[in-house]
Amino acid sequence: MYTANWSVIPQNLPLFLEGVRLTLTISALSLVLSLPIGIFAGLCRVSRNRVIAFLSACYVEFFRGVPLLVLLIWIFFVLGRFLRLGSYWSAIVGLAIFSGAFVAEVVRAGIQAVPKGQMEAARASGMTYIQAMKLVILPQAIRKVLPPLASQFIILIKDSSLVSVISVVDLTLIGKNLVATTFRSLEVWSFIALLYFVMTFGLSKIIALLERKFRAEWQ
Amino acid sequence: MNDVMVSIRNVSKRFGALEVLKDVSLDIPRSQVFAFIGPSGAGKSTLVRTINALEGIQAGEIFVDGISVADPKTDINALRANIGFVAQSFNLYPHLRVLDNVTLAPLHVKKVSKAEAEEKGTTILASLGLADKVSAFPAQLSGGQQQRVAIARALAMEPKLMLFDEPTSALDPELIKEVLDAIRGLAETGITMVVVTHEMNFAREICDRIVFMANAQILETASPGEFFSAPKTERARDFLGKILNR
Ligand SMILES: Nc1ncnc2c1ncn2[C@@H]1O[C@H](COP(=O)(O)OP(=O)(O)OP(=O)(O)O)[C@@H](O)[C@H]1O
Ligand SMILES: [Mg+2]
Repeated sequence: MYTANWSVIPQNLPLFLEGVRLTLTISALSLVLSLPIGIFAGLCRVSRNRVIAFLSACYVEFFRGVPLLVLLIWIFFVLGRFLRLGSYWSAIVGLAIFSGAFVAEVVRAGIQAVPKGQMEAARASGMTYIQAMKLVILPQAIRKVLPPLASQFIILIKDSSLVSVISVVDLTLIGKNLVATTFRSLEVWSFIALLYFVMTFGLSKIIALLERKFRAEWQ
Repeated sequence: MNDVMVSIRNVSKRFGALEVLKDVSLDIPRSQVFAFIGPSGAGKSTLVRTINALEGIQAGEIFVDGISVADPKTDINALRANIGFVAQSFNLYPHLRVLDNVTLAPLHVKKVSKAEAEEKGTTILASLGLADKVSAFPAQLSGGQQQRVAIARALAMEPKLMLFDEPTSALDPELIKEVLDAIRGLAETGITMVVVTHEMNFAREICDRIVFMANAQILETASPGEFFSAPKTERARDFLGKILNR
């Protein structure tokens, strides 16, 4: 029978914390990269130019349809080799492109949730479409999409555990390696699950706080 | 200089199969205040919105201060910068404070300096009785205050023409007067204005001409005195009968 020995956790605490740091860094970098991708694709999606809107729809539908695991492997072995990205940046680019498709949908919904009169008022004052988007529509859309974007970040933290398959060192890979040397799979994986939970739950609490602050201001 | 501010010539407009403007022509002289009145669905909103190209037209021509609105070569943003537009639903920018609402277009369209835009914005807001609201958010204001901010926002561009589409229709009765007073004050400055309204007393008191529309056409253009005492068309008599005996 298996007897748990939890001493493996405190003994390797610095390693776990390093894993948390790596996972948060990878998720944050992917998110930061997926925001411009997603905002751009979301803007294209609402464009009056049908070709642009169609291309953006293709991007969104394609990456929503491909499993992240397959995408990461493909990027690592094909695009990553070709562009000499290495596993770390292949992982971040893969996550960013994947997450960008979700961000695009969120941004599109956010833009469409801004009342029509806003664009009209801005254009009537002489602003160009781009100025109106930048100064009037997007600032409102972004506030509206803050909650779904926050959940996207939480999803990214969880999805980022897949990067270990292309041998990027994150919390999950650190766990795997630790189990390989200590054979303490129950203790290690339980603790890692807990760490993921703390990250995502903590984040959602912080976000809820930020959101409340925003809302108090102008709603 | 031309003494006609807006010239609408044989304008037709359709929404799909629905004809909303049928061969409409109208000249609005500089410094005059025109009221567009008529039953719901007549095409009043559509007509004012064609003046600043918020709605396109299928036939005819519109000139604002001599510049063709529908000509693809016209810089429509430059033209709109000279035309203030105030809609029924205010459409203030909810993420910006009142003063920032007012200075946004001057800063980004006219590229005036921040100091100048803010000074001018503050002055205009004060003249509309909103001096203490400059740093409020729109959601913190009453409907009447919001609509006055919308007027201030339009005035901050120093327009030569103001268009109002039912500026008081979304307001509670007790708030209508403050907005009408603001518009009345503007009329005295000599700016050219077009006001779509259901406020007959207001139209009678401050407008130079009444334009009566029904069924996608202008049926009558007359001075308020003539129009309200002796409307020429049966349709206008009928409309006035209904609206005044409510
Ligand atoms: N975007 C649109 N698409 C299709 N039909 C429209 C659109 N806008 C207006 N219409 C139709 O055009 C006609 C004229 O509308 P318009 O809004 O100009 O009337 P109005 O005189 O301003 O009426 P109201 O007093 O109710 O505001 C109406 O039949 C209306 O249903
Ligand atoms: Mg109307």
